[in-house]
Amino acid sequence: MISGILALMVAVLTFIALFAHMVLDGAPRLTWDFFTSFPSRRAESAGILSAWVGTTLVMLVTAFSAVPLGVAAGVYLEEYAPKNWFTEIIEINVTNLAGVPSIIYGLLALGMFVYQLGFGQSILAAGLALALLILPVVIVATREAIRSIPVAIREGAYALGATKWQTVSDHLLPYSSAGILTGIIIGLARAIGETAPIITIGALTFIAFLPPSPIKSEFPFVSFEWLTAPFTVMPIQMFNWVSRPEEAFQLNAAAAGLVLVVMTLAMNGLAIYLRYRMRKNIKW
Amino acid sequence: MDVMQYKSEVKSLNFYYGQFNALKNINMVLHDKKITALIGPSGCGKSTFLRCFNRMHDLYPGNNYQGEIILHPDDVNILASNVDPIEVRMRISMVFQKPNPFPKSIYENVAYGLRVRGIKQRAILDERVEEALRNSALWEEVKDRQHDLAFNLSGGQQQRLCIARALATDPEILLFDEPTSALDPIATASIEELITDLKSKVTILIVTHNMQQAARVSDYTAYMYLGELIEFNVTDTIFIKPKNKQTEDYITGRFG
Amino acid sequence: MTEESRKRTVHAGKLGFSMRRRVREKCIEAMLFASAVLSVAIMLAIVVMLVKESIVFFQHVSIWDFLTDTEWTPLFDNAHYGILPLISGTVVSSLIALVVALPLGTIIAIYLSEFAPFSVREMAKPFLELLGGIPTVVYGYFALLFITPLLQSILPELPGFSLLSAGLVMGIMIIPYVSSMTEDAMRAVPMNLREGSYAMGATRLQTALRVVMPAALSGIAAAYILGISRAVGETMVVAIAAGMQPNLTWNPMEPAATITAYIVQVSLGDLPHGSIGYQTIFAAGLTLLLLTLVFNIIGHMLRKRYREIY
Repeated sequence: MISGILALMVAVLTFIALFAHMVLDGAPRLTWDFFTSFPSRRAESAGILSAWVGTTLVMLVTAFSAVPLGVAAGVYLEEYAPKNWFTEIIEINVTNLAGVPSIIYGLLALGMFVYQLGFGQSILAAGLALALLILPVVIVATREAIRSIPVAIREGAYALGATKWQTVSDHLLPYSSAGILTGIIIGLARAIGETAPIITIGALTFIAFLPPSPIKSEFPFVSFEWLTAPFTVMPIQMFNWVSRPEEAFQLNAAAAGLVLVVMTLAMNGLAIYLRYRMRKNIKW
Repeated sequence: MDVMQYKSEVKSLNFYYGQFNALKNINMVLHDKKITALIGPSGCGKSTFLRCFNRMHDLYPGNNYQGEIILHPDDVNILASNVDPIEVRMRISMVFQKPNPFPKSIYENVAYGLRVRGIKQRAILDERVEEALRNSALWEEVKDRQHDLAFNLSGGQQQRLCIARALATDPEILLFDEPTSALDPIATASIEELITDLKSKVTILIVTHNMQQAARVSDYTAYMYLGELIEFNVTDTIFIKPKNKQTEDYITGRFG
Repeated sequence: MTEESRKRTVHAGKLGFSMRRRVREKCIEAMLFASAVLSVAIMLAIVVMLVKESIVFFQHVSIWDFLTDTEWTPLFDNAHYGILPLISGTVVSSLIALVVALPLGTIIAIYLSEFAPFSVREMAKPFLELLGGIPTVVYGYFALLFITPLLQSILPELPGFSLLSAGLVMGIMIIPYVSSMTEDAMRAVPMNLREGSYAMGATRLQTALRVVMPAALSGIAAAYILGISRAVGETMVVAIAAGMQPNLTWNPMEPAATITAYIVQVSLGDLPHGSIGYQTIFAAGLTLLLLTLVFNIIGHMLRKRYREIY
């Protein structure tokens, strides 16, 4: 009992000490300029503009590819898949994918997206790599959310003459949307912090410009040029600063780390809150 | 008796859950615009039988029908492999044991069967929803809050909502699977009254574990035991002068 | 089927299948199926990609040299391709992490599952989950700029990069993961087993150690093994804090590269596509994949077992 509380305390205090250290170092650097400046050779004027813009764009690609694919796969496995050896293989495979180290996804993306498909070291290649990485998270969350809907709801829909897809799209997906959303947020929070696969792709660490804007002033108003642009992301920027010997850059690293931690904590916190509210509200 | 008085005829129906023969050679009829009750001890196959009528068993793998359930006046065997279970369910509706409203508004619950049939016009939906709610004696209670969540209704109201949902599509047969087993006595009474009222509009098949309920609401009663149809007759005859000893034992409570 | 019913089968009338609806449903199902199959395709693509580049690599370097050479210097003029230094770095850093994470994680799990009041558990679970979501690059920062200087004040001879500080932080990092999964396994043990033990006069601690833990053994083992897999595959902490120089050593006080750190080191440089250096990271990746796959498969088999029991 005592040792349990002690162990918990040790763990909690260690984490508090670590974060306190980072806050002390990083907080003074968190000025408006830090967010609106490009990286620089001079630590004092360096910022994370290109990094957070890059992160945002990469996450867009990741979300747009992982969400539909993951939800569709989850729906298939939970509602459509017959009980046979092939379904079993898919299920084992999803579990195994979740355990593959992230850097391996980086190697896949390097070989396939960067070179074989010729996407280059671009936002598209990075976004897709992270999408593959979080696909199992989205699949598992979708399955669990759909599974928690009682059979009575499905039978109620079928009994009214709904087809399988009508049952899925009119009932199962809407009713499990909070659970699926929770999974998506957790997945994206993980993707935001992933560094290794992006390094493997060969993302540049020093990017003092922004990718082309997705919104244009003339027709057709949207542009996808940014997909193939070189980029950097938050964790890469932080890694770059951590590896510098000068202390001033390490303060920048602490500040970037702080932003990163706040972002992931906020996302995971939102997910946990959503799940908590969902459990409280469900009446079946 | 004239065949035209039958809404449906069941001919040598066998049903298998995998290898297990759950229904054994059942022959029966549903009289048009009458209430037929299925009674018997739990596990006798009465719910299994009921769920053959809307091909509910097709949702799960390994189930197998043999024999026929003929739907009149089309004169089609609804168990045939080229009959679409969805078409069957569009004409034979079902109300479940526990109220199972969708977590949507009252209005959307009732309208869902119509939407599935591709009806989109607001005016038609409004009209049919109102009619269904009136027919299930719910209209007066909910007309001002049709867009409230269905979960906010009481248990009995939820079950009447499920009946309205099943009625909205003008089914030819309405299946009830122990519709009052999850309700209190007052709600049960109102559901029973409703079922009796519905007889003029639709043919009804009801599974019940409650013999008094069968006696109160039904015109015909079938007694089932271990997957077999033991006796089928006019309700009064079943309850007053059963021909079969097993039926008599069950009716009089001497069973098991 | 009788003659009559066959005739009815032919005339399904208005109850027959609607071709349009059927095609629509089948198309949707095919699309959903394709998405599910994609996960298998990804796995295949990973294996094919790693094996393909590795084959080219192994045409240049014999498997024997790869497994027995004690030096890993692919980018030098006098190139050696022995994976052992990378393995030793991986093993040492993982072992240190496990020495930290397994005992602490287990004690926390026992406390949360068997002793903690409901409110503490309700708070602790999301807290552990939040910590599990912190980016690993942040932990790398902790290791290099906080733990290493701290250790240096106790062990003055500790270099700026060391397996020790990387391993320690990696251990702290996987505590939430291990304790959360261990707690799940222990909570899955049915209440009546505990009640039986209390009825015999056992204390809470005796019950936890002698009844619940043995009953949850396969689940706990699964948590440990998946924890190991996490440590082996972890990249950023070691790349930042353990240095990226391959070094065949079992001494945690030395800097050394792990398999993952090596891949990072190569990726940071500008290696031309198709060069032998480029292929080495795929050979290293294949080794890593095989290692983690073994752990994952054992872990999931154990997890499945405890789920089947209860």
